[in-house]
Amino acid sequence: MKRRWTLYDPRLAWLLVAPVLLLLIFFLVLPIAVMAAYTFFTFVTAGVETSALTTANWHEFLTDSYYAGFLLKTLRVGAITALLCGVLGYFPAYFIWATTFKHKWLLLLLLIVPFWISFTIRTFSWINILGEQGVINVALLKLGIISEPLPMLYNEGAVILGMLHFLLPYMILNVYVSLEGIDRTLISAARSMGCTSAQAFREVTLPLSLPGLAAGLLLCFVLAAGSYVTPQLLGSGRDALFGNLIYDTIMSELNWPMGATLSIVLFLVLGFFAAIYTRFMGMSQIVKGLGG
Amino acid sequence: MKLSNGKRLERLHDRYQNGDLSRRTFLTLTAAAAAAVGLDMPWMRQALAAVEEVRFDGWGGTVQDAIDKYAFKPYTAKTKIKVVQGTFGDEDEIITKIKTAKPGDYQVIHSSGVNYYIKYVNGGLTSEINEANIPNMANVLQPMIDPFRKLTPKLSAVPYDYGTTGIAYNTKVISPEEAKEKGAALLLDKKYAGKVGGYSDMTTRVWYAALATGQDPNNLKDMDAIWAKVRETRDLAKKFWSSGAELMDLLSKGEIVVTDAWSGRVAALQDQGHPIGYLDPAGSYAWMEDMLILKGSPMAECEELINFMLDPATAIAVAEGQSYPPSLDPTKVKLTEKIEKLPAFDKTGTMKSLTFADPVYWATNEDAWTKQWNRISKGA
Repeated sequence: MKRRWTLYDPRLAWLLVAPVLLLLIFFLVLPIAVMAAYTFFTFVTAGVETSALTTANWHEFLTDSYYAGFLLKTLRVGAITALLCGVLGYFPAYFIWATTFKHKWLLLLLLIVPFWISFTIRTFSWINILGEQGVINVALLKLGIISEPLPMLYNEGAVILGMLHFLLPYMILNVYVSLEGIDRTLISAARSMGCTSAQAFREVTLPLSLPGLAAGLLLCFVLAAGSYVTPQLLGSGRDALFGNLIYDTIMSELNWPMGATLSIVLFLVLGFFAAIYTRFMGMSQIVKGLGG
Repeated sequence: MKLSNGKRLERLHDRYQNGDLSRRTFLTLTAAAAAAVGLDMPWMRQALAAVEEVRFDGWGGTVQDAIDKYAFKPYTAKTKIKVVQGTFGDEDEIITKIKTAKPGDYQVIHSSGVNYYIKYVNGGLTSEINEANIPNMANVLQPMIDPFRKLTPKLSAVPYDYGTTGIAYNTKVISPEEAKEKGAALLLDKKYAGKVGGYSDMTTRVWYAALATGQDPNNLKDMDAIWAKVRETRDLAKKFWSSGAELMDLLSKGEIVVTDAWSGRVAALQDQGHPIGYLDPAGSYAWMEDMLILKGSPMAECEELINFMLDPATAIAVAEGQSYPPSLDPTKVKLTEKIEKLPAFDKTGTMKSLTFADPVYWATNEDAWTKQWNRISKGA
């Protein structure tokens, strides 16, 4: 007898998930697999490689300290950016959550307004702000506060600033969503049991919002560490990150096998941090418990 | 081995894609074969359809604006064939795109001369031009054609313009006398630390390091000294630019006061009234650009387009617009006074006053030097 479909039929679940699964396979798993295969190809000359298998690319990556140094620098810049996003993003998120302003949606709208403008144009705009002929330097010079323009552009500070501009909304939204999930009666309960506002925040609100903060930190870290455009536009050559190294290897040296190797390395390293986050999410339950 | 009709047609198609056959011959043979045996290959309908557009990729900015205005628009008006345009900031970027595209997606490239020509040849991306379809090639400077022909006797590209990468400086900060006295050494002058720029390109960096160390750029003996000079410039530089637009932006905004720069882009800035001077120091890096037809392109239409672009009236208008001298031989074609005043213009037609990179020498070292330059540019 032919089996009939039921509401929670596993076949139905597979059917529903199939389009997404296929998309993931064809547009994520397969390209990564091709890249992984490319890491074993032999580079002949610029733009020419053969499918003769070799471990030379991996050997070069593992034995040349230049790559390790670049990776560490990228992780450092990513971590600094993520931490700054956390510090700077928590307060606006808390404010939006706590405000009694009846048009709260307007504040949320402000968060997504920057996304209406091209990311590249937003990044370019910093050149007109931080440059020697930029708004800040011109204003300070005209006010007589400085005699020489301040070197604010084409350095690591400018790169981190550009990434903060780009990533802050992600952090704020993550924290805000986490805060929104907190049962406000818990805070009232804490206050009624004698907690000050600061204590209630420290003991209740902050621990319960940590998963959102952690998610924001991970997202900002991964996006910052994988960034290419911001260091290219706002930094000097010295401020290049691992993404720029991959770009140059593929686009300038036309060395696809080595470029693929570096891409897979970045993918694995950032994947490692995502795995750590998964562990952290589990630990957040312990933090919640301690907070209680 | 006996070939099937299908196989024969596939081979015919390959020959056409490689540029061995003119489009007309290919279509005639294909149509005859198809009519005879009733064959219908998947690509036949596409091939038999009239070509309505040609794809062109160039350097964008003032250069491409001039080509569009004085060459493409009149060409479209005359032939009804549209020229679809794309731009790139760095030619390696477009080579990467071509590699990942199917033959015919990219067709004509405004390429950077023989140094890059080798890359297309090595990558199997070149076609074979039927020079009989480009009669205006007769006016092209022979010294510009020869280096290409040395690499491939059957050309895939036609030289179109040339220029130099000299020294551009802000005349409000650096006087023409100082620039003339110091020449290429301006890029290493500590007085301008933090206000120096440069093209983020291995060839340019190594070339200027060669001039600074007194070496012949086409026969470098001491590479350690070269890399030391490259590092010295890097440490003084505020930013290495990677496109003509970025160069013009940095110079016009005063972010940098001295840089190596493309002569045409500097001429464009001067036309706009910016206080920018330009000089070609002894041994300044000269380069040529060509119109390269890629494998898989509609050859007849591309050749017709290039022939139109090489028509003296068109080439002169483009040259004046983009501020780079054309590849036309001044001993054969009367050029304008404006062109004769352009930086790098060689009135003799011998090109002996200009120092070009030896393509074979540079191609031999390209991979290792590019890798080293990329590292140094990132602080190594």
